Amino acid sequence: MTLALQSVSRSFGGVRAVEDATFTVEKGEVHGLIGPNGAGKTTLVNLISGLLQPTQGEIALEGQRIDRLPAHRIAARGVARTYQNIRLFAGLSAAGNVVVGEHLRRRAPLWPRLLLLPSARREERAAAQTALEALARVGLRERAGTAAANLSYGEQRRVEIARALASQPRVLLLDEPTAGMNPNEARNVARLVREVAREGRAVLLIEHNVRLVMELCDRITVLNFGRVIARGGPAEVTKDPAVITAYLGEAE
Amino acid sequence: MDLFLAYQSLIAFVGINGLLALSVYATLCCGQLSLANAGFMAIGAYTGALITQHARGVPFVAVLAASALLPAIIAVPLGLPVLRLRGVFLAIATIGFGEMVRLFFVNWDYTNGALGLVAIPQRTHLWTIFLALAGALYLLGRLRGSRAGYALEAIREDETAARTMGIDTTAHKLAMFVLGAAIAGVAGALEAHLTFMVAPSGYGFGRVVDMLVQAVVGGTAAFFGPVIGAAFLTVLPEVLREAGARLGFAPGPFRLFLNGAILLVVILFLPNGLVSLLRRRRAA
Repeated sequence: MTLALQSVSRSFGGVRAVEDATFTVEKGEVHGLIGPNGAGKTTLVNLISGLLQPTQGEIALEGQRIDRLPAHRIAARGVARTYQNIRLFAGLSAAGNVVVGEHLRRRAPLWPRLLLLPSARREERAAAQTALEALARVGLRERAGTAAANLSYGEQRRVEIARALASQPRVLLLDEPTAGMNPNEARNVARLVREVAREGRAVLLIEHNVRLVMELCDRITVLNFGRVIARGGPAEVTKDPAVITAYLGEAE
Repeated sequence: MDLFLAYQSLIAFVGINGLLALSVYATLCCGQLSLANAGFMAIGAYTGALITQHARGVPFVAVLAASALLPAIIAVPLGLPVLRLRGVFLAIATIGFGEMVRLFFVNWDYTNGALGLVAIPQRTHLWTIFLALAGALYLLGRLRGSRAGYALEAIREDETAARTMGIDTTAHKLAMFVLGAAIAGVAGALEAHLTFMVAPSGYGFGRVVDMLVQAVVGGTAAFFGPVIGAAFLTVLPEVLREAGARLGFAPGPFRLFLNGAILLVVILFLPNGLVSLLRRRRAA
């Protein structure tokens, strides 16, 4: 068990954005999180990554509670994420963004750099090289020097994935990674997500592209109005009457 | 050589104002608009002056170290709560701190209240100033491109995203706040030992606005931008003083008018400061 949520709730004033959510995401698994707009999917990702604290319930990573830790400590435990509304560091290059993603992995105190020691330069070259490899993995090596703000929408999403992977996370949270991508780009991202899971990472995938979810996910959790309304394999979930009702509405 | 002697004090102020602009840049480069640095400068100036006046024989290096250390220490408990504030709220809170410091010295009889300390021995030399400036420039310059430097840029661009990359944003912002306080403290002590005197009126709101304007006019995209801005805005009024007098302006208001006008022109036409002129030429 890698990531475990136990009865997690979060309300904003009177609005219960997430209510009593319980599920686990295992090592090597792609776990789909789906549901209509406003179902609380992004709130859940914010809760796991520590940008929000649950009002009730527990979130644990490999048996240790993380739900009261500040966001940067949760990241240090091995949780990385992307954002639905892309949050790249716009003024930095694509490679620069990925170098920031390497923050947790790097052992680079400032003093060797101030003393102009060669060890500092070696470490920086290695970090830059790792960033290029991460960009190559998402097919953007030749865009390394481009400012993030000047990349296309799909490219920006891919840089975000590379940036998240740069920390070599145990858990990767992907919030609509293929939104706004062309089918070709989306296929490549799907292949990458598979690979990432095969490396032994746990992937939680929020996605609206149903075909992609069905292809990719080992298990799926369906949310509606903040509650888990169904869970199981792709085949089970699509036949679930509660899911059909949630997406298509009640039959008259 | 005559020319050099005539302008010695002007050159000294270019260096001191350069340090002060860099002290503002320290927090600006991670996206924090802190205006506490006139207060830190005052603390450094009074610390240095009091040590020099009361403890004869203390080497000047030690005096400067104390003038860096005390503001830096005060910056920690101040920074922890106020750096939670964003944007204009941080600016207002730090202006409040600056005014507190000024009013403290106005009301402290030990340092002669509003009159301040006078007859401070002159211990600052041009080389002391420019050595300190070079040190600050080196530190800030080497920061860029380092792991911590990338973290600071990330904080400036998107603090929330930076947190989820594992960056301890509070620690980074606090470190830069403390560094800015230390630089401002050294600049204060250098100025006190150059002009023989310190008085609370020298560390008011106008002083920190000067620092900020110099940093912004020079440009904060490059670490040396603030120093260019400080040099430009320190030298220009001297050059134009004559012109102002001929037009019938009093020198004080004319300088303020000019600062405002230049800031306006730079913000309208060179939003990235004077350093963008260098960049443009290099690109062409």
